[in-house]
Amino acid sequence: MAVSEEAILRSELRWTIVVTGTITVIMVAILYAGIVHHINPPSNIETVDPKTLHLTGEFTEENLGTSIDAGGQITARMVATQFAFQPQCILLPANKRVTLRFASPDVIHGILVTGTNVNTMIVPGYVSQVHTVFTRTGDLLMPCHEYCGLGHSQMWATVRVVPEAEFKPDGSGRALCDAR
Amino acid sequence: MTHARRLTLAHLWLAFAAFAVACVLGVWQMWARSPLPAPLLTANAYFTSVTAHGVAMAYVLTTFMVMGFGYYVAETALGRPLPFPRIAWLAFLVGILGVAMAVVTIFGGTATVLFTFYPPLTASPWFYIGLVLVVAASWAWCGIMIAAMAGWKRENPGRPVPLAMFATVANAVMWLWTTVGVSAELVFQVIPAAFGWNLGIDVGLSRTLFSWTLHAIVYFWLIPSYIAFYTMAPQAAGGRLYSDTMGRLTFILFLIYSLPVGMHHLFMDPQQSNAFKFLQMSLTALVAAPTLLTVFTITASMEIAGRLRGGRGLFGWIAALPWERPMVLATGLAFFMLWFGGGGGLINMSYGMNAMVHNTSWVTAHFHLIFGGTVVIMYFAIAYAIWPTLTGRTPASLKAQRVQLWLWFIGMMVLTLPWHYLGLQGQWRRVATFNYADPIIAAWGPWVLVSFAGGLILLASAGLFIWNLLEFHRARAVAFSALRPLYAVAVHPPARVPAALNGFALWNVLVLVLMIAAYGYPIAQAFWINAPQAIIHRVDGRG
Ligand code: HEM
Ligand SMILES: [Cu+2]
Ligand SMILES: [Cu+2]
Repeated sequence: MAVSEEAILRSELRWTIVVTGTITVIMVAILYAGIVHHINPPSNIETVDPKTLHLTGEFTEENLGTSIDAGGQITARMVATQFAFQPQCILLPANKRVTLRFASPDVIHGILVTGTNVNTMIVPGYVSQVHTVFTRTGDLLMPCHEYCGLGHSQMWATVRVVPEAEFKPDGSGRALCDAR
Repeated sequence: MTHARRLTLAHLWLAFAAFAVACVLGVWQMWARSPLPAPLLTANAYFTSVTAHGVAMAYVLTTFMVMGFGYYVAETALGRPLPFPRIAWLAFLVGILGVAMAVVTIFGGTATVLFTFYPPLTASPWFYIGLVLVVAASWAWCGIMIAAMAGWKRENPGRPVPLAMFATVANAVMWLWTTVGVSAELVFQVIPAAFGWNLGIDVGLSRTLFSWTLHAIVYFWLIPSYIAFYTMAPQAAGGRLYSDTMGRLTFILFLIYSLPVGMHHLFMDPQQSNAFKFLQMSLTALVAAPTLLTVFTITASMEIAGRLRGGRGLFGWIAALPWERPMVLATGLAFFMLWFGGGGGLINMSYGMNAMVHNTSWVTAHFHLIFGGTVVIMYFAIAYAIWPTLTGRTPASLKAQRVQLWLWFIGMMVLTLPWHYLGLQGQWRRVATFNYADPIIAAWGPWVLVSFAGGLILLASAGLFIWNLLEFHRARAVAFSALRPLYAVAVHPPARVPAALNGFALWNVLVLVLMIAAYGYPIAQAFWINAPQAIIHRVDGRG
């Protein structure tokens, strides 16, 4: 084969430029999404003690579900535990910025909400937090997506998204699925 | 037969036996996930099966394939006897003992924790110790590979180490780095917990340590396939390797960039900051480089072969390639799957887009395509290429081998394309049974059935593969001289190469620096965040 060493080197240099260009484009796209559209993964590094989760603090039973604070911030809190979520259903308004907060008293779980980009691991010892805006109304499926034991396949919850007008928290600022 | 060849046969038979059994389990798992009623299905049976399938495919098939092939390359590419054969046999026995311990604990029902080590869910300690023994065996292999290369260099001062061996040692060095993370997790956290010596565990730390291993381990599985791309495929096609230097550079880049990137498996985790997730994502983007360089070099090498065989025009050389040779065919099919799999990988690594696919069926489909597809089809091709040199026998016709490779390719496409699609629809992974009464899930049913059909095609291919291997033992004998040499020569074989491209000392320093930068803080933070510990949950009925 009459390919000279110089020709090979030249072709490789050209290809290296193509590769560098491709990788640069990908990086710029990701940077753009992160900085301009605030597409960032859940990374709040906030700890919570799995052993006392149900006894004190924000994840005790009366605090679970959706609540709206004085500033109008809407937050839904859930506990993921072998093999159910508490509560089993959360009620949220469409087209409003909402915060989801999760904790686990036992093993690792995780959630996604079908048809959306809501996704996080739930690691015992830490609080997982996701900000999102739901644009579609209806009952969305929220399964546990990390293997957590033999009952894992039966572990799921419902996210009930209602039009903003129908989202009516009670006097204490709380909104529950079955209260409707 | 030399020691190295007997070692290779023993390792490869163990690898492929585990593979064949695991394929049966894989098909049953897809059946369980489909709307059809699967026999024997309980949650316990499903997760026992997925644990066994994952361990067999990810740890047994791969580790023994890499080791067996490494012994073979060390002897044939260097042209000298394998050093320390007794240690190699001892390591093999330790590895078998480890596999046996894993099998007994998994099927005894005390290790249904799947193949990933994610405490506080904890199996029997003997499950983990068994897998540590498999890793220990692979460490002995790493030592032998490094010693073989050092011995050759002493006898051949100044000469470039043959590419196949250079790549094998790159893999051995990388594997020593790779296993540091999981070993630390097992030895300091998981095994003490499994014995009941610790009641709590820092889960954020254990996930971070496991992630250290989780990406580079994939390259450990992949490198034999890349060695075949660079050395065996151009040779089988009747051509030459376009560039030896590019090959060396590729394997060095794999060594460097496969390690400081594992945190891309933790994008959705709460215990690490965006800063380090972003840093490791950027380094992940750079691992696209060695893959793209390989695509170029191998395509150019194949073009040389095609033109030497009379192919003309822009694409005429492709038709002129000897596709009837299994190694050439497998390389073509592997490249095809690599395009799909690589594209999927770019989505997984993108920091933001990862939220769309994390822990969905997309991920399982992705690694079946790239690992079960691209990597394993090259394992088949390697087996077909080296087996005649191990037994001295080869079947009269290679047709059954070609049919087997095509079936594997078609089966893999049919299995994984719908599986990817379901992941995008939100189907999640690691589930024994879906509630098909739910209207969203009901719509997934037909696609799972297509995947199930793909699984059946794969099973047929796996069966034919084993049959083909047996043919190498019972076919009419052929003379050794009839066998062509296995490794391609470069168009311009280098007479000398710089020391940096002939060894790994410099690169180890660079890896150390990168690992400290990428993982130093994320691991150290566990000691000042002091996250509350999680309570151990043992699945072996003792806790
Ligand atoms: C006969 C062909 C195969 C079929 C039908 C198949 C099917 C499956 C299924 C259904 C699962 C469970 C997924 C889940 O529960 O989400 C699975 C898991 C797995 N498969 Fe396969 N598989 C096959 C071949 C392979 C091959 C060739 C490899 C790699 C060499 C492989 C590696 C794995 C691994 C590592 C897991 C564990 C995944 C996890 O724990 O999430 N499989 N496979
Ligand atoms: Cu769960
Ligand atoms: Cu990875």
